[in-house]
This record gives sequence, structure tokens and C-alpha cells, in this order.
Amino acid sequence: MQMLITGIFLGGVYAIIAVGLSLQYGVSRIMNLAVGEMLVAGAFAAFWFSTAQSLNPYLSLLVVIPLAFGANWLIYRYLLLPLVRRAKTRGQLEVDSILVTFGLSFTLVGIFLWAFGGEFFNYSFLSVPVEIFDSRYGQNRVLAFVIAFVVCAGLWIWLNHTRSGLSMRAISVDTRAASLVAIDVEKSSNFAFALGGAIAATGGMVLSTFLTFDASIGIVFTLKALVIVIMGGVGDIRGAIVAALVLGITETVVARLIDPGLTLAAAYVLFLLILLFRPQGLFGRAQT
Amino acid sequence: MKLKTLSTLVGAVTLAGAAVFSASAMAEDTIRIGAAAPKTGPLAGGAAVTYWPNVELWAHQVNERGGILLNDGERHPVEIIEYDDRTNPTETIRAVQRLATSDGVDFIIPPYGTGMALATAPIFDRLGYPMINVTAITDQTDALTARYDGVFFTLGKTTPLAQGIARLAADMKANGEVGNRLAMVNVADAFGIELAEAARGIFEEEGFDIVYSTSYPPTIQDVTPIINSAQDADPDLFVAFSYPPDTFALTEQAQVSGLMDEVDVFYTAVANAFPAYRNRFGDGIDGVYGVGGVNPEDPAFVEYKEAHMAVTGAEPDYWASAVMYSSLQVLEQAIEGVGTLDRQAVTEYLKNNSFDTVMGEWTFNNQQISNYWTVGQWQNGDFYGVGSFGDMEGTADPM
Repeated sequence: MQMLITGIFLGGVYAIIAVGLSLQYGVSRIMNLAVGEMLVAGAFAAFWFSTAQSLNPYLSLLVVIPLAFGANWLIYRYLLLPLVRRAKTRGQLEVDSILVTFGLSFTLVGIFLWAFGGEFFNYSFLSVPVEIFDSRYGQNRVLAFVIAFVVCAGLWIWLNHTRSGLSMRAISVDTRAASLVAIDVEKSSNFAFALGGAIAATGGMVLSTFLTFDASIGIVFTLKALVIVIMGGVGDIRGAIVAALVLGITETVVARLIDPGLTLAAAYVLFLLILLFRPQGLFGRAQT
Repeated sequence: MKLKTLSTLVGAVTLAGAAVFSASAMAEDTIRIGAAAPKTGPLAGGAAVTYWPNVELWAHQVNERGGILLNDGERHPVEIIEYDDRTNPTETIRAVQRLATSDGVDFIIPPYGTGMALATAPIFDRLGYPMINVTAITDQTDALTARYDGVFFTLGKTTPLAQGIARLAADMKANGEVGNRLAMVNVADAFGIELAEAARGIFEEEGFDIVYSTSYPPTIQDVTPIINSAQDADPDLFVAFSYPPDTFALTEQAQVSGLMDEVDVFYTAVANAFPAYRNRFGDGIDGVYGVGGVNPEDPAFVEYKEAHMAVTGAEPDYWASAVMYSSLQVLEQAIEGVGTLDRQAVTEYLKNNSFDTVMGEWTFNNQQISNYWTVGQWQNGDFYGVGSFGDMEGTADPM
């Protein structure tokens, strides 16, 4: 039980890292390698709120969400949209967007270093135990899981039960066909990218309550998010969530029953197995 | 349009860089000192605490004095040339080579981290630069100093560092202050593995029962399973040869799960002695043991700490910071002692003289400093050295 709960909590963390990218890649077709830096930006904002302003770090969400949304909206509008318009094929767009966002990630790391310096950052928030089924867990982790759950559930409801969500799904299935049925693809893609960025920043804020981070840690999150999005199946939010939970539980069980040294190996074995037997990902559609 | 702006910007930056470069090249009386260490990558956080601020502090103080006094009777200011090695040994090697050959610096401050130091020691040797290592800890120091004439070590060897906590625990066990059930974990990195191997032997010799032992990858995301497993084994001591991010994570998780209250000895390694550790955990870490130490009441350390805070705006750590600063003091004193920038003469001077540092008097024996702190403890917000190798003054009693 303790193992399962720990695994689910970790899975929740992974989910909130990955759903932002899932949205950005699935709808906006941008393989955003700077998504980890968005997380770090959220973490820095929370750190600043908590230490410099002595405020509840969760209050920083009031600023982080609109700011991250705006910044990502601008990034898509002025940095990525020209690439989208120029790209003749999806493959070309992927290569171009990977290069641009890779560069963007370096720029952001440089900005963080300049603004905050290179040392480790962390602060203490709700680092007190709460008992669930006779085992103790940090309240900050429980809260992080609740936030991850709310974000994922909210996204799922939006995508599956609203008209605008439906158009997002339509775009992720077929961009050209979507534009034929009067969906403004550029506008919706821009919105999806901005929302994905805002979710990533929220994730970073939540993570900062228990994780030690520094200016250049973003790449770690980006890699994790990539693995999860590809495992889950491109363009399906359910896939990313399920993959994140599976990964979290697997890592915890392996660490607990076999050896913590094998968590990374277990994660990649899982990744490999899924790629071998379901190359389109858990919930992905086969490419036509 | 966008590309144009970007290229203009790049051009401007390059020009500015070139301007700084030529200005310094013109002033021929400056002493050029190179430094290559991480500003990004996994070790950047540690370097930002221990390495870079001391380089800044030292350069600031030297230049405030007017510079280093040479035989021409004049003081020569120092100029620091910094490279980010991105925590990548290949980059470190490249940066050191570039410093020596294209920047033509007079001296090079060794890189940060054991791996980087070992990777570049042959380069320093080949290029003829003295290398006064600080953050390089290995049992191979004797072999290395025998092979490389100008390579020095100051922070200690692996086995004595592991002995620090192991002997302390053995003494406590002998006095009946602690049981003999030991949980030991380590980060699967050269530093963690070497320390754990050295410590395991000593713990077993001293009759400890190792009830839980494991290693974990440096990129570990969640240490909860490790703490839970350790807790299930019901240990009396918890010893972790850990690196900065996991040092914080293990401590927090041990507090949350209650493990920290259940054990008599709780020990973590690198970053334990960082001010950030105390800032994060406050009173909760009173009594926690960690690698390294200082004598926080030593006037020389207090003065150093105040200067460090005034110049860099940050507190030094309680282990390697003062040693790092001392290594730069030693370099300065050796250059002044020789009176020229002759690197071979500086190396010889280093071997044959004593130096006055914030860590006390330093004399290299076999190119090594053999007095150093091995284990410390947080006591009322300060980190006290409670165990040392050689003879360190001001060893505190564990509480």
C-alpha cells in the first residue's frame, strides 16, 4: 500500500510535468525542448514568493499562470508560427521546432543564471507528515498530487466535453481537415501552446515545494516529459497521464523491491517495451 | 528582421568581448589567471557555492591591495578568465587547453569536482601549470603526485573521510550511545562509490551490522522508496554518501517519515555543510552529521566568512569553501615568494615552503596537505568539525 501510494504520488508529479508538453506536441505540433525551462521558471517564481516575499508559494500561481500563458503565447506567435507557416511537411516542422526550442532552452538557462545565479534553490513548505493508511507522507507531496489531479482532470473534461476542446482534438487528429470545418487552426494551436506552457510552469511551482532545483535542471524534466509523452501516445492527454502513473509506480516498486539503482533502467525498459510492441504509444493512433 | 537583430546583438557582444580582451592585453602588468568550472550542469550548484565565490573574493581582495607584488617592485593586479565547462570533462579539458594556449594565462585555478580534476591533471602537467586541487578527493593522490610534479591536493583522501564518520560511530558504539544496526546508502558516482566502499570495510571491522545498503543513480527523482526501505530495516544509524540534490531530499524525507527521530546518527555528505542546508531545515537538523567541517569560532574563519559575505553576498560553506580560498592564498604567496611568473619556480616554491592560510599554516608533504576535517555536526545553527585527519585545532565534541 505504501509502495502504491508513493508510486501514485510520483506518477502525479510526472503527469504534471508531461501533460503540458503533450498538449504542445499533440495540438500545436511543437516538440518543445524548452518545456523543462518553463517548469524551472515556475519553480523560481515560487521560490521568490516564498523566500523574498514570505508568501505562500502557491500564491505565486496567481502570477505564474497568466505570465507563463502570455509568454508562451508570444513565443508561439512570434517564434514558432513562422516555422509552422513555412514548414511543408510535419517532419520539417518537427526538426525546425526542435532546433528553435533547443536554442530557446539555452537562452532561458542563461537568463535564470543571470537573474538568480547557479546555486541550488529550495525552501521548506508544508514539510510535515500526514498519515495515510499507517504510513507517513509529506503534506507538500499530497498537495502536489491534488494539484496534478485537478489539472489533469480539468484538461480531460475540457478536451472531451466542450466545443473548444473538441476542436483541439480535431486539430491533433488532422490539421488540414480541421481547418476545413471552420476551426481556426492557428489560433487554437497558439492557445494550446500557451496553455501547455502555463501548465508546465504550474508543475514547476508545485515541484519546487519539495524538490531542490537549480538553473540548469530543466533538461531533466524535459527528458522525462518526452519519454512520457511518447510512451502515452502523441496527442492524447489520457496516454500521458496513464504513462506517467505507470512510470511512477514502476520506479517506486523497482526501487523498493529490487534496487534503487535500477529505477532508471526500469523506466527505459518500459519505454523500450512500449516502443517495440506499441510504437504509436499506449493510446496513440497508428500512423497512416 | 529577427535574424538581423539577433546577428547585430551577437556582433555587439563579440565586439564588447574583444574590447575587454584587448584592453586587458594592453595592460601588460596584469597577471592573468584562468578558471574553468561548471556554471551549468549537475555540478553547477555546488560550484556556485564553493568555487566561483572564492575566486571572486580572492581576486577582489588581491586587487584591492593593488595586486600581487613581484620582483620589479610593483604590484600587479589579477585578471580572472572564466569558462563554463558545463559539468562535462571533455569541455573542462578543452577549456584548460584554451586557457593555456590561446588565452595564454599565467596560472590556472583547477576545475571543480574530482572527475574533472583527474581528467585535467595530465593536461596541467603537460602544459607545465601548477595545479593546487581542492575539490578533488580520491585515494589515488599518492600515485598522482608521484606521476605529476606540479599537482597538489588539499581536501583529503577518500578513506580518511569515510573513516571520519565510521570511527566516530565506533566510539559512540563503544560508549553505548548508539546501537549497531546501520543503514548505508550512496549515490552511484565515483565519489559516492569510493566513500561507501571505504566506509563499509571500516564499519564491518568495527562490528556494525549493515541492515540496509544500496546505491542510487545521481538523477534520482524520488528518494521516498530508499527512506522507506531503510526505515523498514529499523536502523540505529543512517549514513548517506550523497550529492547535493539528494542530500536535501533524503533529509526532508527522513524528517517526514520519522526516520530522523528514530536513528541516533543521521549523516549525509556533500551539501550538508552548505548554508542552504541550514536555511532549509532550520533547527530540524541539530545533531545531524555531515562530511567536512570547520572551526566556526576560529577568528581566521570568522574574518574570512565576513569578507566572503561582504564581497559575494553569500555565506561560505562549512567545509571546502575555506580550503578553496586557502588554495588561492597559497598560489598568491608562492607567486610573491618567487617574484616572477615562472611556473616551474612557483611549483618548486609550493613544495618547499609553508603558507599562511585561513585554514592555518599549510606545508605540502608529498604535494599534499594532510590536515583536514573529515566529519562535522550541526550544533545550534553552526557546523562544527567533530573529527579530523592529522591535527586540526578546535575539534568540537559531538552533541
